[in-house]
Amino acid sequence: MPGTLWAIAEAGPDGHLTKLSAEVATLVRGLGAAAGRDVAGVVVGTPDAVAALAGELAAYLPRVVAVEAAAAATSPIAALAAQGALQAMGADPNASIFMGNFPDGRDTAGLLMAALGVGVISNAGGVTWNSGPVAEKGVFGGRLVTTSSFADGHGIVTVPLGSVPAEAAASAGVVETIVLVGAAPAVTVLERVSEAAGAVQIEEAKVIVSGGRGVGGPEGFAILDSLAEALGGAVGASRAAVDAGWIPYSRQVGQTGKIVKPEVYIALGISGAVQHKVGMQGAHTIVAVNTDPDAPIAEFADLFVIGNLFEVVPALVAELAARKA
Amino acid sequence: MKIVILAKPVPDATGQERLGPDLRLDRVAIPPVINGNDEYVLEAALRLRDAGAEVSITLLAMAGAFGPDALRKGLAMGADNAYLVSDAALAGSDARATVRVLAAALAKLEFDLVLAGVDSSDGGGGVVAAALASMSGLPYLSYATSIAPDGGRIRIKRFSATGYDVLEAPMPALVTGMQALGEPRYPTLRGIMGARSKTITTWTLADLGIDPASVGADAAASRVSTFSIPDARSAARVVKDPAPEAAKQIVDFLIERRAI
Ligand SMILES: Cc1cc2nc3c(=O)[nH]c(=O)nc-3n(C[C@H](O)[C@H](O)[C@H](O)COP(=O)(O)OP(=O)(O)OC[C@H]3O[C@@H](n4cnc5c(N)ncnc54)[C@H](O)[C@@H]3O)c2cc1C
Ligand SMILES: Nc1ncnc2c1ncn2[C@@H]1O[C@H](COP(=O)(O)O)[C@@H](O)[C@H]1O
Repeated sequence: MPGTLWAIAEAGPDGHLTKLSAEVATLVRGLGAAAGRDVAGVVVGTPDAVAALAGELAAYLPRVVAVEAAAAATSPIAALAAQGALQAMGADPNASIFMGNFPDGRDTAGLLMAALGVGVISNAGGVTWNSGPVAEKGVFGGRLVTTSSFADGHGIVTVPLGSVPAEAAASAGVVETIVLVGAAPAVTVLERVSEAAGAVQIEEAKVIVSGGRGVGGPEGFAILDSLAEALGGAVGASRAAVDAGWIPYSRQVGQTGKIVKPEVYIALGISGAVQHKVGMQGAHTIVAVNTDPDAPIAEFADLFVIGNLFEVVPALVAELAARKA
Repeated sequence: MKIVILAKPVPDATGQERLGPDLRLDRVAIPPVINGNDEYVLEAALRLRDAGAEVSITLLAMAGAFGPDALRKGLAMGADNAYLVSDAALAGSDARATVRVLAAALAKLEFDLVLAGVDSSDGGGGVVAAALASMSGLPYLSYATSIAPDGGRIRIKRFSATGYDVLEAPMPALVTGMQALGEPRYPTLRGIMGARSKTITTWTLADLGIDPASVGADAAASRVSTFSIPDARSAARVVKDPAPEAAKQIVDFLIERRAI
């Protein structure tokens, strides 16, 4: 029996479907068409919230299973998502399962790998179909690209941001609702703390204005805020700036931070270490401002400005304002 | 309290990794280190000890012949002993096989807490720890930015998109962590000397009762078929003008690229 292709979706901090989940759903719909396989989505959430989320997901897929899990209010989502996906899928030994390569998606992938005994191809930026998913992925910070596939034609694939543009289907799909059954989760969420409420999240931003050690301190980031505002973007950072305590960790771009893929990435006072590069090299356009003409970022920026960010950024804000007027 | 750290030996990220003729990472050519995220959780365990808790720290790894070199570094930082699963039949193992092996090894160890990195730098997908927790029946708490055991329970701050969540579970449990836990210490000279007399116990698949046919390259669920070097970005346009003129050029460039 040919397996169904499943997309597991998640909600963002605003309670809506994430951009990444919309992309994963679009990817799965395209693969289903290429493979002649059924496609479906799963989303797990509290009974209050899951119906609206499932509705958003159904814009991309012909069939969506909404899994009501009261425990989602008080426990981490990944364990419930894995359990909910197993329940929604039923016996489907040849299924392939796709989810975003963000923390909750990776946790869900690991839990499903253990439950199903199948393999995982992680961080697959380009997925096509050839009697099973075929995944192209960058390794070693993108210095090499490999092509992998599953030995028995099916498995779990985690997909990074920006692998395909999200595109709604011609017509919305149907939503079925089920209630999660199973033991109470062992892990409890005692509290959810928001440090950057209202701020644009870097994963979702079209423009990222990012600062490094060259920004010099938290005051420097105030200047970056004004540029981000002028461009309708979000502020990111290198690890050096995060380690210095100038900006929260949730803003860090790179190997141990977030992998982002904006239209524009403006790197200010960032040298371009390989661990930073892996987080932002997928940006469509990279602009760097650096006092050091030999900074490594010159090698992968599209526009490299040799200059002092404390002069260039205010000038840039002024120039943008002048052109708008 | 007994803590087991999953410490994966990986090629040094500053080295030039390459794939061998079998399209797998050539692990012999590059000096190994402990995976960066695993060093952060080791550091977190050492800080619990520094704060006065009675803590024993055991490293656990599955790796080839280069494993002991990497583990020595963790012992020099302050871990007490190490177990290394090493067997010729493990070559080419994927995450699924790694989880089988680590689960069998964990079953032979005593612990209150297992700590792992959120992912490994050599192409790991950040899935081993979750799968291992599931196989071993342990509560799973991930992406910790702080780790605080309290009696029989463990409490962590979990990194979230907008801040953090506070999670709690009974121990024994498995927790993954990362950089935000704090910069790992450098081994002292005394630590390095002391590490020489600490024990690294090696286990084979037979010691763990694992069928060699269930692991290694032939049992891997996924296969790499090709590899290539991606096209480099074309060379940057360089601007050296004073700030007001540079600002104009940046805006022009963004408009030209239809970026704004
Ligand atoms: C395991 C591991 C994981 C890591 N993960 C990450 C990660 O996720 N993200 C990350 O970013 N790093 C990461 N790093 C750290 C990385 O190696 C670099 O140390 C870090 O990216 C450097 O940050 P930076 O570019 O801001 O600082 P620096 O390298 O110090 O560069 C500062 C730059 O600012 C320029 N500058 C100074 N003043 C000005 C000015 N007034 N105007 C313009 N330019 C100026 C300087 O010329 C210099 O090029 C990791 C490292 C390790 C070992
Ligand atoms: N071979 C291994 N030996 C010890 N620990 C491992 C091994 N592989 C993975 N791990 C642990 O699991 C974490 C996640 O690995 P991965 O899923 O490969 O990215 C790592 O940070 C380690 O803590």
